[in-house]
Amino acid sequence: MTSPAKFIGRSVPRLEDRPLLTGQGRFAADIDFPGQWIMRVVRSPVAHGEIKSIDTREALKLPGVHTAWTAADIAHIPPIGFRLTGLKQLEAYRQPVLAQRYVRYVGEPVAVVFADNQYVAEDAADLVEVSIEPREPTLHASADLGVFDHELTSEAGVVEKAYGDVDAAFAAAHAVVALDLSIGRHTGVPLETRGAIARYDAERDVLEMHGAAKVPHWNRDTLAQMLDRATESVQLYEGHVGGGFGIRGELYPEDVLVCAAALAFKRPIKWIEDRREHLIAANHSRQQHHRIRAAIDAQGHILAIDNEFFHDNGAYMRTHAATVPDLAAAMLPGPYRVPAYRAKGHIRLTNKTPCGTYRAPGRYESTFVRERLIDAIADKVGVDKVEIRRRNLLPKNALPYALGLDTLGTHIVYDSGDYTLLLDKALSAASWDELQSDLKKRRAAGELVGAGIAMFVEKSGLGPFDTVRVEIKPDGAIEVVTGVASIGQGVETAIAQICADTLGVDYKTIAVTHGQTDRIARGMGAFASRVTVMCGEATRLAATKLRKEVLRAAAELMQTGVEALDIVDGEIVRTGGPGPSMPLAELARALPHALSAEDTFESSHMVYPYGVHIAVVRVDAETSGIAIERYMMAYDIGKAVNPKLVEGQIAGGFAQGVGGALYEEFLYDDSGEPLSVTFADYLMPTAREIPETSIILSEDAPSPLNPLGLKGAGEGGVNPVGAAIASAIDDALQRPGAVTQLPVTPQRLKRLLAGRRQSSTT
Amino acid sequence: MKPAPFVRHVPKTLDEAVRILGEVAPQDGRVLAGGQSLVPIMAFRLAKPAHLVDINEVAGLDRIDNDGKMLAIGACVRHAAFHKPAVDNPLGRLLSVVARHIAHYPIRMRGTFCGSLAHADPSSEWCLTAATLDAVMVAKSARGERLIDAKDFFQGIMSTALAEDELLAQVRLPLLAPGAKFGFNEFSRRAGDFAMSAALVTWRMQDGKMREVRVGVGGAEPFPRRIAAAEAALEGQPPGDTAFRAAAEIAASAVDAMEDHQTSADYRRDLVRAVVQRALEMSAL
Ligand SMILES: Cc1cc2nc3c(=O)[nH]c(=O)nc-3n(C[C@H](O)[C@H](O)[C@H](O)COP(=O)(O)OP(=O)(O)OC[C@H]3O[C@@H](n4cnc5c(N)ncnc54)[C@H](O)[C@@H]3O)c2cc1C
Repeated sequence: MTSPAKFIGRSVPRLEDRPLLTGQGRFAADIDFPGQWIMRVVRSPVAHGEIKSIDTREALKLPGVHTAWTAADIAHIPPIGFRLTGLKQLEAYRQPVLAQRYVRYVGEPVAVVFADNQYVAEDAADLVEVSIEPREPTLHASADLGVFDHELTSEAGVVEKAYGDVDAAFAAAHAVVALDLSIGRHTGVPLETRGAIARYDAERDVLEMHGAAKVPHWNRDTLAQMLDRATESVQLYEGHVGGGFGIRGELYPEDVLVCAAALAFKRPIKWIEDRREHLIAANHSRQQHHRIRAAIDAQGHILAIDNEFFHDNGAYMRTHAATVPDLAAAMLPGPYRVPAYRAKGHIRLTNKTPCGTYRAPGRYESTFVRERLIDAIADKVGVDKVEIRRRNLLPKNALPYALGLDTLGTHIVYDSGDYTLLLDKALSAASWDELQSDLKKRRAAGELVGAGIAMFVEKSGLGPFDTVRVEIKPDGAIEVVTGVASIGQGVETAIAQICADTLGVDYKTIAVTHGQTDRIARGMGAFASRVTVMCGEATRLAATKLRKEVLRAAAELMQTGVEALDIVDGEIVRTGGPGPSMPLAELARALPHALSAEDTFESSHMVYPYGVHIAVVRVDAETSGIAIERYMMAYDIGKAVNPKLVEGQIAGGFAQGVGGALYEEFLYDDSGEPLSVTFADYLMPTAREIPETSIILSEDAPSPLNPLGLKGAGEGGVNPVGAAIASAIDDALQRPGAVTQLPVTPQRLKRLLAGRRQSSTT
Repeated sequence: MKPAPFVRHVPKTLDEAVRILGEVAPQDGRVLAGGQSLVPIMAFRLAKPAHLVDINEVAGLDRIDNDGKMLAIGACVRHAAFHKPAVDNPLGRLLSVVARHIAHYPIRMRGTFCGSLAHADPSSEWCLTAATLDAVMVAKSARGERLIDAKDFFQGIMSTALAEDELLAQVRLPLLAPGAKFGFNEFSRRAGDFAMSAALVTWRMQDGKMREVRVGVGGAEPFPRRIAAAEAALEGQPPGDTAFRAAAEIAASAVDAMEDHQTSADYRRDLVRAVVQRALEMSAL
């Protein structure tokens, strides 16, 4: 980049919006192929049991029904493997594509029927008779061990992470603070449910799957392996994606089934998930129970943290394997100095929907736990919540800071940050001191109002690599081809901004292609707030190469030296003053297909943004209702390529955080029957429940690990919301440590209010 | 999420509608009004009616009539018809306040007043309104027409006195006295959700005292009803905090509160206390 940034750092409008706003979006359900069959999944109505028989005869008699499959028909297909954190010992717990001998959650696929249309397919699915002998379900991860099968127990594995001498620290401690905390089961619920449409093209011998999202290349490679095909003979296509949040786009049984069926029947096969299916079949997340202890000195400095937790992974280990508990354990220390640390996470299986990652996986959980702990320490030593944080925060000069723990195949090294500075900025933006006196007055007048605070370190920019190809076509069009994916976060815009500044063109002239496995050989996809960091830097590298190439070729044609030329607004111009210039398009016409450059950015370390959230809540003592009056978020992401997009990420994440803090929870009855299967029972907050927020984007700590200083922005809006709201509720009730469980439903709040009444009378 | 097969009948007159309903009712035939409750449960296949008698094209059912004593609401009158006061009487304002608590705007454009009563969800705002104001239901079938009082109409959770071949052709609500006061309050976890408890109160002031007090509670028991003890406690009292608190307490202990996995009976009684108190406070403004 020679000239100053024109696009990076500016909130330019999104390139993605035109088709979406003019009704030209093409989501999975919009894709149809002539002659397609509709697939409907028959799901287990029982949480745990042994399949005695599956009778499809009545279903097959229905006009319009073509065929049906049970496990026996696809015995050659192995279970889906692990994409991340795949410990070998967990493999025995993978989910078969169709249930074999046992069913282990309500919603588990036991059979599929194929029919002319959705109506007949559902009629047919109703007629499939599944006879299951029920077994005792395991529903609580921290209760006694249950059984997975006749040999294996319900503890699939244990995640252990530690450094320092924890026992010595506890032995020498001034005091110990211990908490028992739990986070409710909830998950990302994208507006677009899952969908997959597979088609086999016999002429080219290519299996296509449309409706891909998030990680098309990994899914392609895995599907090819599972179906015993050459990698290039399977291609995945991402269309518009109506939200991802970690759960959509992972490889699920239904994806494998449509592909296998397209191959077997030489027919296009379409499956679109309905909402009820989505809520019982797509990944759940978050449910954990922590027993945490801190050893502290007399001033409240943390000497050690010892945490044992139980991670409820549902019925099977899916593609994320141990990722969520691993991240929970690894990221728990957060922005504080924790001299000694030990975490032991039990990965437990229960007879509920299997789990995976959900935006800020493991961190929504561990931030809640850590920040509850910090508040409790403050209470123990009698200082306020802000002061206790100041005492324990890592100082600026401690960074870069090697935590001494690993996760996702990387050493955790906080690359840059000034945590105290951001805390100060947040407090002053919230007018913290005035806020405190105002709340005090209101409480004295009988209102239950309070403020909470939570701090956190996020991670982002997971490698190991991303490759980008930038091409100027003979017609002058510029295309960036990448192996990342767009789940709606504005990838095309941010990548175009980086390419535009590097190359010297308008960002609007750049088309960004993503999620198409036939356009680029490899790609890592979109997760872990990695895209802008990894793909952004790969784009900068490739565009730099291309710029050199353009200038070299132009210098020859324009009969001047490379150093005398620059690219400005898509024109090759002379730096020295006036003289003939040449539009990029003209050069591209002169040199068809020569103007293309590819480069790869490799990184073995993540980059670590950090943030502060402040919540103000009001509790209604009579109805146990909770209103969030104000909410403030400060986030340092090193460098915001497009501040508006970052704010969008933060605001959207916040809404999901509120969901997990107050509303969303998958509940089950004692037999393992799911009780939250519609939007009437699984309560997502709406615009009416989400207060206005204020966001401070700071750029005090650019990452030293990439030249633009980028850090990812996808998860800082959601990470500490449960923690901040819990802290505010405690304050409103004037009962430190009152909130021990998320979500804080009115029913649970009622119990806390009752406790408050008791403690004020005793 | 597609319904099981069914036959849709589209009568043009009320007589035709009840004749068809009479024929298909024994084969699991049902009325389709706004479809805002029926269609979702059909999509989930919790209901699989073989026949639907779609009344949306029956002439004249979308009328609201006022004879000076009663407001007569036809079977196809939508919730949204009450967004603005439908009649120049405190009842018109009451209905417009209550209507805004029903679901969300698009649902109110389609769902019907009579459909809500026929569906008889314990939390339905219109059921609460009908019970509190002693509405009269006009049930019509091929066998003839009969009038049913609100207190006899509701019989349980989603269960009413309508026979399977009867169509709720009209609901009649008595107009309120000029100058009558009313108050409404409900609690739900999110805006637009079915209320976990709701209260509607009306009274008129005479010589500084409350007269003809009505206190209705919905969402707490299998169907809404008037709470006679709370009304008695208020009757003849001056409006004010003391009277309101006492009445709210009485209402809370009078209800036999329903329980579900999210809501204990105790908590629901708390809510009844709060909504009755707040409805009374609103009425005195
Ligand atoms: C997201 C959502 C939120 C909602 N929230 C609320 C809420 O907060 N409060 C509330 O009160 N309602 C709520 N509803 C329900 C809505 O108000 C419905 O419109 C109403 O309950 C039923 O009216 P309908 O005209 O849609 O009836 P339909 O759905 O057409 O029918 C419902 C039932 O009544 C029968 N029926 C309908 N009309 C007649 C008739 N004239 N004679 C005999 N039988 C008849 C039908 O056969 C069926 O069994 C909500 C609905 C949705 C989808």
